[in-house]
Amino acid sequence: MNLYELTVAEAMSRLAAGDITSEALTRSCLDRIDQVDGEVGAFITLDSEGALEQARNADVERKQGRGGALSGIPVAIKDLLCTKDMRTTCGSQMLADFIPPYDATVVEKIREQGGVILGKVSMDEFAMGSTSESCAFVVPQNPWKKGYVAGGSSGGSAAAVSAGECLASLGSDTGGSIRQPASLCGVVGMKPTYGRVSRYGLVAFASSLDQVGPLCRDVTDCAILMNAISGHDQRDSTSVKTEVPDFSSFLVEDVRGMRIGVPREYFSAGLHPQVEKVVRSGIDLLRRAGAEVVDVALPHTEYCVAAYYLIAPAEASSNLARYDGVNFGRRDLQADSLMSMYKDSRSAGFGAEVKRRILIGTYALSSGYYDAYYKKASQVRTMILRDFQAAFESCDVLVSPVTPTPAWRLGENSDNPLAVYLSDILTISANLAGIPGMSVPGGFSNDGLPIGIQIQARHFDEGALLRVAYTLEKMLGVSRMPFLG
Amino acid sequence: MKISRAEVEHVAHLARLHLSDGELAIMTEQLDFILGYVEKLQELDTEGLPSTTHAISVCNAFREDRVLPSLPQKVALSCSPRHNEEMFQVPRII
Repeated sequence: MNLYELTVAEAMSRLAAGDITSEALTRSCLDRIDQVDGEVGAFITLDSEGALEQARNADVERKQGRGGALSGIPVAIKDLLCTKDMRTTCGSQMLADFIPPYDATVVEKIREQGGVILGKVSMDEFAMGSTSESCAFVVPQNPWKKGYVAGGSSGGSAAAVSAGECLASLGSDTGGSIRQPASLCGVVGMKPTYGRVSRYGLVAFASSLDQVGPLCRDVTDCAILMNAISGHDQRDSTSVKTEVPDFSSFLVEDVRGMRIGVPREYFSAGLHPQVEKVVRSGIDLLRRAGAEVVDVALPHTEYCVAAYYLIAPAEASSNLARYDGVNFGRRDLQADSLMSMYKDSRSAGFGAEVKRRILIGTYALSSGYYDAYYKKASQVRTMILRDFQAAFESCDVLVSPVTPTPAWRLGENSDNPLAVYLSDILTISANLAGIPGMSVPGGFSNDGLPIGIQIQARHFDEGALLRVAYTLEKMLGVSRMPFLG
Repeated sequence: MKISRAEVEHVAHLARLHLSDGELAIMTEQLDFILGYVEKLQELDTEGLPSTTHAISVCNAFREDRVLPSLPQKVALSCSPRHNEEMFQVPRII
């Protein structure tokens, strides 16, 4: 077995036993990147020397009996989390040369616990997209099938974990951007409850929806990473002061007595039959393991895409106003007036999808349209939140598909943005409601593409997600490593 | 039509974006299509319903009033495309 194939938990125990060094583990990942990333296309920025140095430091610390929960573990970071002195592009020409002077809180936490940062991975520009094809630098492809999307917006994070280029990664999820690529690439991904993890140093897209979370090879690693990144941060005023449990304590193969809600709207027309089959088999396994399966309704599901594609662009149009060419980011240095500096810098720096969303958001917030668009969408958001509150009266978790279909071909629907927006229909509601959600591998389509199973739970009940996901993982035993190179 | 070419041009100005004629044509068509879709929300009666702007609202996120390290001026200026060691520089505005 190659070292890059290890899970975080396996690597930690072999490092602790002295069987392997972090330097060897990191080299194994770097060699793997060298070998397959030309095909996978996950990395925007690779810091081989920095990573090896961090690995050697971790090895020294371990010998001295020091070292944190991720000591010596090679991880990849989505390129919208600020990394001190390491380029952070957000997949955009706007930030092509941006070198942050500080670390995001989650990056700081990974470093404090000894994690080895290999580099920064691909994503849709400003996290706006479902395929990572709008990245200005490199477009990842699905490690399970050439020419297919890795998903998005955290496509690089999912592809890198799936391809064995790192042991785990961090991504962000505004409308499904962790769960969807995790599902399409056959890895575990969790979007924590809004406020569970600090957003400080995360380049903002839609601040009331964005949340940082892990992408991993298995559920145990997901709990380890959640332990590493969770917690209140005074630098993020929306992070919540609530107790953080030891997420590893939920890794039990036991769902007896749990009530599994199956939201009927998530199985409606348009769902790929093989996706439905995989998810229904997962639900059957949980029933056989002693869970009670109940039918539940989330009646406003069909409105979530419309509400989301007003709220998220509205917040984005405001957040992205900061790219004015003054403090950081791209600037047209020829401009001779303030207005042309703004317009020239922004027009050259942003790609088509980002411009489209800024325009939608600006329109939705503009005088005369605010009530009909933004306010209406915010009220519908209340209805969606209440749907979940009502559903969670009769169940503990919701189990459903993550995406209506397995991965699709690169380039498909590139001229039809609405068709791509609609593929987010099963993941968006969790962001609108702020609840935690997770994707765990459930099986494969007939042509070998991974299919994930989505689990959603009440606010701050990531424990229930982990318990159900861990039980499913034990029963399903889905293979995690695609053949590459 | 939900939105005209002139309106898209106006919104682009508000958002401080230039659009080429080609971009303007495509954006008008796509925005019109998207705004047509979100019209779906009007099917719902939301009269009297409160808005949700944050699913989990945190009220009064105070911290202790204590000075903590912050970015030194030199570092804060380091990412700027144009500065004079003391200030950000922009084209003349008056």
